[in-house]
Amino acid sequence: MPLRYTIQPVAGFISRGFLGRRRPAEVENRLPPGQYLVTDFPVLSAGPTPHTPLDRWSFTIEGLVQSPVTWSWDEFQKLPTQTVTVDISCVTKWTKLDTKWRGVTFDTLLQAVQVEPTAHYVMAYSDGGYTTNLPLDEMVNGQAFVAYEFDGKPLASEHGGPARLVVPHLYFWKSAKWIRGLRLMERNAPGFWESLGYHIHGDPWKEERYSGD
Amino acid sequence: MQPLIEWQAGTVTEIRPQTPQTKSFTLALPKWTAHRPGQHYDVRLTAPDGYQTQRSYSIASAPEQVGELELTVERIPDGEVSPYLHDVLVPGDQLEVRGPIGGYFVWEVGLGGPLLLVAGGSGIVPLMAMLRHRAAQRATLPARLLYSSRVPDGVIYRSELVQLSDRDHALELFFTFTRQAPEGWTGYRRRIDEAMLTEVIRPFEGRARVYVCGPTLLVETVANALVRMGLPTELIRTERFGPTGS
Repeated sequence: MPLRYTIQPVAGFISRGFLGRRRPAEVENRLPPGQYLVTDFPVLSAGPTPHTPLDRWSFTIEGLVQSPVTWSWDEFQKLPTQTVTVDISCVTKWTKLDTKWRGVTFDTLLQAVQVEPTAHYVMAYSDGGYTTNLPLDEMVNGQAFVAYEFDGKPLASEHGGPARLVVPHLYFWKSAKWIRGLRLMERNAPGFWESLGYHIHGDPWKEERYSGD
Repeated sequence: MQPLIEWQAGTVTEIRPQTPQTKSFTLALPKWTAHRPGQHYDVRLTAPDGYQTQRSYSIASAPEQVGELELTVERIPDGEVSPYLHDVLVPGDQLEVRGPIGGYFVWEVGLGGPLLLVAGGSGIVPLMAMLRHRAAQRATLPARLLYSSRVPDGVIYRSELVQLSDRDHALELFFTFTRQAPEGWTGYRRRIDEAMLTEVIRPFEGRARVYVCGPTLLVETVANALVRMGLPTELIRTERFGPTGS
């Protein structure tokens, strides 16, 4: 569970006449700094929503592995899945609690490949050209999965369907929509938003929103 | 590693109602830096006990408006920050902000055109920064704005848009009203659809830079239609807000 955070205002600044809307402590403690609670599910993406037919969809793990592996949609559906309930935080300030996903953990996917010892980072890539980078050790042990169901239903395309990465402990831009593969890398490299001023790591509890944070 | 984007206390110099639901806030910033049209600022409010909350708001002003920042904000009735900005903040107050932020939904004259801007409701705000910048640079590249509003008095920046377009024949405006049109209105009166986009984009012959900002449903409709019409996806940039409706 996330830890309670400490508020650190700019020395002395108070917004005149602002009292704020407090949530019950059990909710407030689950909101990373600067975040607010939503109950709907906002959509954010930089360009048009891709619509790849399932018979042309595949998922690949490549890069620093002994031999890359690719699953078709049907093969991917046969992989063992887990259902998880997690809180998600978007860098645009909203946090949604208790979102329910079904998908294949990164650990399960890794069982199909032999990872080279030099692999330390992962680049997720998607239909439409989107990419995002993640540390390998922050994806293992159940920390990341490729989800194709949200709330018991197939994942809608505007939310990243047919399948998206879900890495709930990082800002949600790391949870690449329309994911098609993961490339294991030796060195860290910025993905799409990371090249456009957003933080290379993106931990909401450390408020790593932008480069320099 | 880029430098930290620091918080700074801007001073509210002007508050201007735009529509019954939206107001424009002009801030003078002690550490102003030029933004790129389409970028946003973060706003942070702090209560006396240290409680804080943040929101992101698109910049409406052009970077040519040196030293100042205009944010245009819709009042969300059950919101936490927008009612404070609308109902409590007065000129002379200070507001903590940091920015500019965002590097994809941006357009500058140097990127060229023709330019197709598509807005729904308060989605006009970042597009206004682009049009103001285009005017400030006296650019003559063709630009068209398709702007969907529910009702006539919901049109933000109506008179300024009309003034810009009157002075500049390369800028053409297309309004559509989805709930109620002005009396005697002969233009569009429906949600933006593929037929409307086809008409508006026709003179550009499928080669426009497109920026779409508005509610998710509008953005999805417009972006999907433009892709079907053969526009290269990398030329279509989107900014969405609001719930999915599901």
